Amino acid sequence: MSLDFLLEIGTEEIPHWMIPGALAQLAKMDLLGATPSVDATPRRLVVRAQGLPERTPDFEQVVKGPPITAGDKAAEGFAKKQGADASALRKAGNYYELVKKVSGRAVQDILAESLPAAILGIQWPKTMFWTGGKNGPRFIRPIRWIVALLRDQVIPIEIGGVRSGNITRGHRILGASSIPVTIANYESELRKNFVILAAHERRHKIEKEGAALGAKLDGDLVETLTYITEFPTAIKGDFDPAYLALPAEVLTTVMRHHQKYFSVEDGIGLAPNFVAVMNTAGDPEGLVKHGNERVLKARFNDARFFWNVDQAKKLADRVDDLAKVTFQAKLGSYKEKTDRVVELVKELGGGADAQRAALLAKCDLTTEMVKEFTDLQGVVGGLYAKAQGEPEAVYRAIYEHYQPLSMEDSIPSTREGQIVALADKLDTLRSCFGIGLVPTGSKDPFALRRAAQGAVKILVEAGLDYKLDSLAQGELYAFLLERVQHYFREVRGFKYDEVNAVLKVGVSTLKDVEERLQHVSRVRPTPNFEPLAASFKRINNILKQANFTQGVMHAELLEDGPEKELYEAYTKLPANGPLEDVAELRPLVDRFFDKIMVNAPDPKIRENRLSMLSDMLRKFSSIADFSEIVTSGDQKL
Amino acid sequence: MDTFQDTVFKLKRYWADRGAIIQEPYDVEVGAGTMCPETFLRVLGPKPYRVAYVQPSRRPADGRYGENPNRLYKHQQLQVILKPTPDDVIDQYLGSLKAIGIDLSKHDIKFEEDNWEAPTLGAWGVGWQVMLDGLEITQFTYFQQCGGLDLDLVPAEITYGLERISAFLQGVDSVYDMEWAAGVKYSEVRLADEVQFSVYNFEMANVDRLWRLLAEHEAECKELLAGYDRYPEKRRYPVLATYEQVLKCSHLFNLLDARGAISVTERVGVIKRVRDLAVGTAKIWADQQQQEAA
Repeated sequence: MSLDFLLEIGTEEIPHWMIPGALAQLAKMDLLGATPSVDATPRRLVVRAQGLPERTPDFEQVVKGPPITAGDKAAEGFAKKQGADASALRKAGNYYELVKKVSGRAVQDILAESLPAAILGIQWPKTMFWTGGKNGPRFIRPIRWIVALLRDQVIPIEIGGVRSGNITRGHRILGASSIPVTIANYESELRKNFVILAAHERRHKIEKEGAALGAKLDGDLVETLTYITEFPTAIKGDFDPAYLALPAEVLTTVMRHHQKYFSVEDGIGLAPNFVAVMNTAGDPEGLVKHGNERVLKARFNDARFFWNVDQAKKLADRVDDLAKVTFQAKLGSYKEKTDRVVELVKELGGGADAQRAALLAKCDLTTEMVKEFTDLQGVVGGLYAKAQGEPEAVYRAIYEHYQPLSMEDSIPSTREGQIVALADKLDTLRSCFGIGLVPTGSKDPFALRRAAQGAVKILVEAGLDYKLDSLAQGELYAFLLERVQHYFREVRGFKYDEVNAVLKVGVSTLKDVEERLQHVSRVRPTPNFEPLAASFKRINNILKQANFTQGVMHAELLEDGPEKELYEAYTKLPANGPLEDVAELRPLVDRFFDKIMVNAPDPKIRENRLSMLSDMLRKFSSIADFSEIVTSGDQKL
Repeated sequence: MDTFQDTVFKLKRYWADRGAIIQEPYDVEVGAGTMCPETFLRVLGPKPYRVAYVQPSRRPADGRYGENPNRLYKHQQLQVILKPTPDDVIDQYLGSLKAIGIDLSKHDIKFEEDNWEAPTLGAWGVGWQVMLDGLEITQFTYFQQCGGLDLDLVPAEITYGLERISAFLQGVDSVYDMEWAAGVKYSEVRLADEVQFSVYNFEMANVDRLWRLLAEHEAECKELLAGYDRYPEKRRYPVLATYEQVLKCSHLFNLLDARGAISVTERVGVIKRVRDLAVGTAKIWADQQQQEAA
C-alpha cells in the first residue's frame, strides 16, 4: 500500500521533552478520514498517511425558502439570491425550498487551506515569534522549510515566508542541505543523509550501542538522547580512577544530569568510564572522546574543589547561614523553616537523632556543592554529615529526607528519616496553605501535591500512628484526604468504591485505613459480600425514606422466625470482627426481606423493625460504609 | 595553533564580513555582553542592526581567587547581534566555528534547549546552549522581550565563551595555561585581577558604602528618567547616560550579592528597583527612537 500524504515541518532544534507532546497532537490531525502516522527528530515533525481521497464527494444541500403564502415575487427573489431559476424551487409543506448541488472539493485545496492552521495550532509549553514581530507566526522554534506532498504534488502553503515544496534537508553536518524527495523515497533519502527519522530506531541504536559499551542505561536519558539527535552514535570515554574517591552520587549526577552521559559499572560499583551519545556517525580520530573526557575532568575537578571547600565549615556551623536562604518570600528563610521543622519533629515524638537531623537537613543549601548540583540537595547533606562524624541515624535521615520524590520512589529507610521527611513536608504544606498558596488546577509551583503525596506515602508505608486530623485541619485536611484517596487507588490499586466506603466512615490513622481497606478487599470476592452490601444499601434507603434517626429496639416485639433469627445471628457477632462472618448473614438478611414487611401496619412494630435494622447497620459500619460499594445491581441501573 | 587573540581576530573578521559593525568593549562594568547598550538598547525598535564585540563580563560571585581552572570573576564574551535574524543564522554560526578551525565533520555538535532570562533587565528569550563534544561553547538566543518591551524585529544573540573555546582549541585544561599571544600565557595577562578582585569582592568591598553608592546611582537614574517627559528637544536627552546609571546599579547589586550583604527579604526588592530603572530607560529610549524617526 502506498502512502499518499507527507508533511514535514522543518524547524530549528525543538526542545527534546516537547516533541512527544507535539506528535500526540499531530496524530489527531484531520486528514479527511485517513489516519496520520507521525514521527520526529529535533529538526522535523513529520505526518504521513495513506488513503486520502482525491476529492470529497458531491452532495445536495437543501435551502429553506420563503413561505408559499409570500407569493411569486418572494420566491423569485429567493431563487435569484441563491443563483437559481424560480422553476428549480420545490414546495415543502408551507415553504419553498431549493435543492442545491454542491460539488465536492479537491483534497489538495482543502489541505492547502487547513494545514497552516493545523501546524500553528500545535500547543507548546512556550512559543516564540521570529519573523514579522508580534503579527508573525508563533511556534516553538523558527520554521525553516516545509515539505507538503499529496501523491507527490506539492500542497502549496506558506508560513512566515516559508513556502512548501518537495525539498528536505539532511543532518546539519553530514547531510546535504537540499534534497528533493518523493513520498516513497522520503525516509530512505533522509537515511542516506544521516537522519534516522523513526524515534524507535534511534532509541534502539542508542540502547544497543550503549549496552555494548557497558552503559548503565536509564530510560529517561535514553528518551532525551533519542530526541536530541538525528543520528545517534554511542562512544565510550574514560576518566582518572582517582575521581572514584568522590561519592558515586556526585559522579553520577555530573555524568547523567550535566553531561547527559551514561555511567558504567563494573561488578563492585562505578567504573572509571562513561558512555556519551553523539549526534554524528563516528569519531574516527577520537576527538569527540577526548573533548568529552576533558569536559568531564573539569566538572569532576569542580566537584572535588567544592567538596574540599565545603568541609572547611561543618553543617552544624551553617545553621545560622540558613537565615540568608529564602524558603518563600512571605514565609521567610530556611532558618525559620528549620526551627519549625525541629519543633514539629519533637511534637511527632522524634528523638534526639531525628531532631539533630532536622536541624542539619537544610544546611547543605549553603554549600558550594548544592549550589552547583541542586538536585543533590539532601544527598549532599547526608554525605557531609557522614564525613563529619554524625551518627548513622542522623546522616541517613538527612540523606533521605526528600524521599519519596515520586509515587515510585521509596520512603526513607529509618524511623528518624521518616519523621524528618514527614515533618519537612507537613511544614511546607501548612506554611503554604497558611498564606493561601493552595494548588489550583495545573498550577502548583511549590509542588505541594508531591509533598502531600509523599507525606501520605510515608504515613502509610512506615505504619505511623499519627491521626490524620492531628496533622492537618480544614482545607489542608481535605487536600491530604484527596491524596489519600489517590494513593490507595492509583499506587495501591484498591477499587475506588472500596476506598470511598472505608473513608466514608471516618479516618483516624492511615495505618487503620489501610487495614480496613485490606479487610474489605479481601472479603469483596466472597460470594455473599456484594449481595449483603446491596442489602445494606437497601436498609440505608429504607431508613432514609422513613426519616428514621434513632429508636429503641424491644426484643420482645420481634416476631419469631426470620426476624428473630436475624437478630440473634447479628447480635452474636462482634462489632469489629471479620467481615467474612458478617457476609455469612446474607441468607438471613435475604430471608428477612423476603418474609417480613418492614412497613408493618402497627407503628410500634414498624418502629421496632427500623430500630433493629439501624442497630445492625451501625454495628457493622465501623469498617466501611457498605452503601458505597458498587454492586452489580447498581451497574445495571 | 591559534592564540586566544588569533581566535578573537578570526571571529571578528568573520562577522565583519557578514555586515556586522565591530564595536569595542563597553567601558562600564557589566555582567554580560547583553547588558551593553549595543545589545540592550539596539535590539529595541524597528531599525535593523548588526554588531559584534568582545565584552569583558564581571561576575563578582564567580571569582575563585585564580585557583579554579575554569571559573573566572571576569571572562570575555564575543557578543553578536543580528537584527533581524537572517533565515540561515545557524548555518552562519556554524560557519564561524569552521572559521576558527573547528572541523565540524570530526566533532559532535548539539543544540540543547536553554532559555534566557534577565529579571533585572526585564528581558527574556528562547534558544539553546550549543554543545561541542560535551562543552558548552555558545549561548544562542532569540530575544523576545527587552526592558519589558516586545521586540519588533526579533534579533539573534550569539554569545561565545571565548576562554572556553580557546582553551578547547589549544587543548589545555586550565584557562590560565592558554596562550593569549605567542609566548604570553593568559595567566600573565589576567591572573592578578582574578586574585585581587576576588579578595576585594569577597572580603574587602565596603558594604555600607556600596549601599550608599547604589542609592546615589539610583537617584541619579530616577532623576534622569523623570526629566525626559518635560524636556523639549528629545534628541539631545541623555538616555544613554541614564542607562549607564542602570548598569552601575546592576554591578553594585552583584557586588553586594558577592559580599553576602543582601538578605532574603531585601533581594527581591533590590532586583525590582534595578528592573524598574531598566524598564524605564528602555521606554524612553524607544520613545526617543520613534521621535527621531518621525
